[in-house]
Amino acid sequence: MKTNVNPTRMELTKLKKRLKVARRGHKLLKDKQDELIKKFVDLVKKNKELREKVEDELSSALRNFVMARAVMSKEIVEESLMYPVEKVDIDVETGNIMSVKVPKIKIHKKKKKASDNKYPYGFANTSGELDNAISILADILPDLLELAEIEKTCQLLADEIEKTRRRVNALEHIMIPELEETIKYISMKLDEAERANITRLMKVKEMVMEKSV
Amino acid sequence: MIRMYKIGVIGDRDTILAFKALGIDTFPVEDFEQARKALKEAAQKKYAVIFLTEQMAEKIQDTIDLYVDKMLPSIILIPNNRGSLGIGMKNVKSSVEKAIGVDIFLNEREGEEIETGKNH
Repeated sequence: MKTNVNPTRMELTKLKKRLKVARRGHKLLKDKQDELIKKFVDLVKKNKELREKVEDELSSALRNFVMARAVMSKEIVEESLMYPVEKVDIDVETGNIMSVKVPKIKIHKKKKKASDNKYPYGFANTSGELDNAISILADILPDLLELAEIEKTCQLLADEIEKTRRRVNALEHIMIPELEETIKYISMKLDEAERANITRLMKVKEMVMEKSV
Repeated sequence: MIRMYKIGVIGDRDTILAFKALGIDTFPVEDFEQARKALKEAAQKKYAVIFLTEQMAEKIQDTIDLYVDKMLPSIILIPNNRGSLGIGMKNVKSSVEKAIGVDIFLNEREGEEIETGKNH
């Protein structure tokens, strides 16, 4: 399928230039796609492992928590957890993977009290299950945040890969063949005009010769 | 660019109470509409990481999708106290399928899921 163009020499030069750019762009995008996929595969494997681990431990923490709630009264549980010992904030930096902006999360714990105790409550009214639940949760929090970082990165990369693939395909299967065909059409037209011109000249020359003789 | 962000948890009260002890902000919600609202609100404020229970996420997928292509917030699905629904894992797999076209973890799936995998 060729685009509708005037078969002129100027148009031909322009199209040839565009084809060159398209080929170059295609090569670059293809390289980008390969690299993105390489990075993505690495990350997504890590993502999967981390998610399995986190889901496992989180479930066990929550099971403990349910048990704790069962043996303690609702008021006491709520009261015990009312004032956390530490405040968790996070720093988010912008990382860059093949010009995809990805978050880099750093954990930032602030202790509210000087004590080393990670439980925000006294031990008098609470059960051991609650301690377990809180302890497991506190341990997997860094993993949870890492998961947040990696999973988001994977999502963003997947998005970018899809976009890049669409562009690569558009260039490879539509843009470049179309340009090639149009270039072929124009050069054939030009050649045809050239041949017509030569024949005409020969004919004219013959007529002139005949007349002079 | 370094900025301080916060972490939030959205889910049913029983599940997220445990997170409160860690100093994470909690948004207890009872139904999907509230969850939707809480998620939107948290995303607008400075919450970079939002943990959301799968039970809630199941019904408000359209709201979660709004934030998929943004850098922040990162919405992470977690199982609630009744166990995992496997939605979080499914999302990982679907992003693999989106990026590569096939599921490279296919061999680790169970029998009935392989059938659906072939259709792609």
